[in-house]
Amino acid sequence: MKAVLALVRRDIALSFREGGAIGVALGFYLVVVAIAPFGLGPDLNLLARVAPGLLWIALLLAALLSADRIFHNDYEDGSLDVLAMGPLPLAGVAASKSLAHWVTTCVPLALLAPVLGLLLNFPIHTIPLLVLAMLAGTPAVSFIAGIGASLTLGLRRSGLLIALLVLPLYVPVLIFGVSTISAAVTDPVRLGRRFMLCAISLASMVLAPLAAAAALRTGFR
Amino acid sequence: MNTPFTVTLEARGVACDRGGRRLFEDLSFALAPGEALLVQGPNGTGKTSLMRQIAGLLPLAAGEISAKGAEAGTPTAELCHYVGHLNGVKTSLSVRENLTFWADYLRGDATGGDVNAALGVFGLAPIADIAAGLLSAGQKRKLALLRLFACPRPIWLLDEPSVSLDVASVERLRQAITGHREAGGIAIVSTHVPLGEAFTHTLDLHALDMAEEPAP
Repeated sequence: MKAVLALVRRDIALSFREGGAIGVALGFYLVVVAIAPFGLGPDLNLLARVAPGLLWIALLLAALLSADRIFHNDYEDGSLDVLAMGPLPLAGVAASKSLAHWVTTCVPLALLAPVLGLLLNFPIHTIPLLVLAMLAGTPAVSFIAGIGASLTLGLRRSGLLIALLVLPLYVPVLIFGVSTISAAVTDPVRLGRRFMLCAISLASMVLAPLAAAAALRTGFR
Repeated sequence: MNTPFTVTLEARGVACDRGGRRLFEDLSFALAPGEALLVQGPNGTGKTSLMRQIAGLLPLAAGEISAKGAEAGTPTAELCHYVGHLNGVKTSLSVRENLTFWADYLRGDATGGDVNAALGVFGLAPIADIAAGLLSAGQKRKLALLRLFACPRPIWLLDEPSVSLDVASVERLRQAITGHREAGGIAIVSTHVPLGEAFTHTLDLHALDMAEEPAP
């Protein structure tokens, strides 16, 4: 347990110390959402209708920008070898590093989402639910990104390849994420979709590290 | 000062394949507490691969490597320290933060080892709070070697540990290996530079396919 804490703390410290990643992700999210009305036109009703989908898709892309950092730096400088020899199984290493990615990338993005929602004429009274839905769904985003990052270990410019590998796996998160928020606008009573979103996140938190560990093991060769 | 280690390491019939080529095969050795193995051989004969196999980072093509005398169920990798060509040093963390992380991480829930004492081994204590990115190559290597002291483990796997170290530091490393062996530890070192350490075993790796394949 101490090892998990030490690893998560170090990864969070590194991501703040080295900077860049969070700022780029937030800036990308802002720009993508901000230019959408130029493409879709100034129809406020239309913007409000596409807002949930747009916010989610832009968030997925922004989160993937820094996904290659999950393992790449540690692989390059030899840290991953030593991490593999610690008391944590490789799946534990993958889970800790995915968790750190969630804290440093997905949580700031989810917190920025309401501000961007305003740009899209998203109803203000559903903003708490928007943040909750994103916080519930984004663990799946980080943990599945961990699979992509471990599969592309050692490749140069692996970022785009990760997006290609991982985006199809985000379909369930996207479907239930968008429908959770849309449902909240029209019918705030039904909770089923929200629990589905939580279920997807919990399942990825358990299963994705196992897949990532298997990919890391082959990456060592 | 350390609790004496009682681990023995045994390799039986180990073989290694890299890129579809057999690097070495039928390699066997046994090391008792306090013994040290020098691995030598020309470039590309599998010194690093052997180290990584013992550390559990590379699969064995054949044979087995086992460590006895530790708590039951502890994987061999958790008894080993591996210091290879890459230092595993984070340039944006300070020297002390780097070492503290490795100590906390590698120890897990166990105790033992002392970061402050470890910092003194190679005289890095005065620069403990500067970013590791500002260190010279030799200092980074020393920082990587400090893992050995910050978290006690019975088996040391040192792959060319003396690269970019100055003469005084190589001597200190030799003393450290001697001290580790006196505490019952095992050291496996591959080096081209004589360290002055009296190794109890020597393993000579040589190219397997020299005879069959003519040199290009």
